[in-house]
Amino acid sequence: MSDLAAFGVAELQKKLRAREISPPEILRAVNDRIERLDDDLGAYLSRDFETALAEAETADVNLPLGGIPIAIKDLINVSGQPCTAGSRILQGYRAPYDATVIARLRGVGAIPFGRLNMDEFAMGSSGENSSVRATRNPWARDRVPGGSSSGAAAAVAAGTAIAALGSDTGGSIRQPAAMCGVVGVKPSYGRVSRYGLTAFSSSLDQIGPLTKTVTDAALLLEVIAGHDAKDSTSVKAPVPHFTASLARGLRGLRLGLPREYVSDGIDPAVRRAFDEAVACLTTLGAEIVEVSLPHTEQSISVYYLIATAEASANLARFDGIRYGRQTKEISEIANFYERTRSEGFGTEVKRRIILGTYVLSAGYYDAYYRRAQKVRELIRRDFTDAFAQVDALISPTTPTPAFRLGEKVSDPLQMYLADIFTNAANLAGICGLSLPCGFSEERLPLGLQILAPALAEELLLQIGFAYEQATAWHEMRPALTS
Amino acid sequence: MADRGEFDVVYAARLARLHLTAEEAELFQRQLDDVLQYAAQLQKVDVSSVAETYEEVVPVAALRKDEAKAGLSAEAALANAPRQARNLFLVPRVLE
Repeated sequence: MSDLAAFGVAELQKKLRAREISPPEILRAVNDRIERLDDDLGAYLSRDFETALAEAETADVNLPLGGIPIAIKDLINVSGQPCTAGSRILQGYRAPYDATVIARLRGVGAIPFGRLNMDEFAMGSSGENSSVRATRNPWARDRVPGGSSSGAAAAVAAGTAIAALGSDTGGSIRQPAAMCGVVGVKPSYGRVSRYGLTAFSSSLDQIGPLTKTVTDAALLLEVIAGHDAKDSTSVKAPVPHFTASLARGLRGLRLGLPREYVSDGIDPAVRRAFDEAVACLTTLGAEIVEVSLPHTEQSISVYYLIATAEASANLARFDGIRYGRQTKEISEIANFYERTRSEGFGTEVKRRIILGTYVLSAGYYDAYYRRAQKVRELIRRDFTDAFAQVDALISPTTPTPAFRLGEKVSDPLQMYLADIFTNAANLAGICGLSLPCGFSEERLPLGLQILAPALAEELLLQIGFAYEQATAWHEMRPALTS
Repeated sequence: MADRGEFDVVYAARLARLHLTAEEAELFQRQLDDVLQYAAQLQKVDVSSVAETYEEVVPVAALRKDEAKAGLSAEAALANAPRQARNLFLVPRVLE
């Protein structure tokens, strides 16, 4: 029965509604597969099988996602469950409430099951900044799965999850999705409520799905998207029926190829796969137009100044008083805070808090933070100008396939450059999708990124679906044995 | 402004309430010097067309009616506190 775990959401819906299978059977299959494979992969941090099983036993399969288990990145609050954000400082914490996305999943019958490994506080591009362990790439155990939604991408690729929710601040859904050969969507800023998401960078963070197919991504997104009064940055806009418009095709669409994204520094295998994807999209009826995003080179700098500034403010809340880990040494208060935070945070988190604190500090705010905000506006205008000429943009998701574990940990700047094609979308607030588009010679998956204007997820999914239907990359699965 | 060498990791860490070991301070100083030197490219960008005020990425409705609603109970809010007593968070002594 454990093969059930390899299916996607849409396939299981059909089987459930035909009464071929039951929700507890799916949950057991997923749990069995986690037990067999996850010691090796390290995609999960914890899971509560008994609670999920009780929910599966009473699940209503007539609801849109009735009886489907969804794995959750360990920074989205699920009432009563751990939510560590991959950090020592949140060891022992239990969420007192459901995030809005979780409440919405429950509302359509889905079952949140399993807490997924991640880079601590979503800060990382490889999964190696988890305070517990590094997740391995299911396609090659000596490679990273990407990050920060490392466990989410690895679990979906390995079939130890049916589908997952992750978060994307600078590429943290799309980059690991590409490196693990699955589909990942970063919704437009404000499209999905952030209520109950552990904050990293509040002007950039978005929750989104990681799935086996574009259809599954559409199914999840139409549930979690929509206005929420509990998130003041949530957009009041109707949510289209994404699954209904998937098959509209590409005829008449103009797709932009940003010339700055296909220049030097791209791995030859990535380039080849991308060129083939472009040819395929042309065959399907899309017109390909070269466009320019002139401030691409600045996006990493802007991203790291703004994201770290916001992180330094957001992570100030971890003081060891109200929740989380507290130092054993109760001393004078400033010393108490320093000890609690220094014992609780990992290296990359400390590094980013320090950078963010510095760029916001008196005397440096104008030179760094304010300047970055202004260039951010120029980056946003680059996309507005591009979308005046084309319907959507296409690029490789990452400049290289999955790199080796340990390869970039000692050089933060090199690690940051892994997000060169993804983080501008967060800065501009637009939406993006990554889906499988081929393999390197070492049989590592590669991703095609599609970017669309703010709130144009319908178009994003439509383009992704057309490409997916014309190719077989999404049917490839890593060979896993235990 | 923003020259290499100005960044003082120990000062920034103190502002952030982080204590660094000597090794961490040395490592972060070097790594963040690199990051800031890379970010110095922003000084060369012409930003004269951008207004001083922050422009919203996506227009959002930030205002809502101010209505009283039930929130977390005191018990739920205190459930994760490392130390608590009499329905209160216990904090280190602030005043002598």
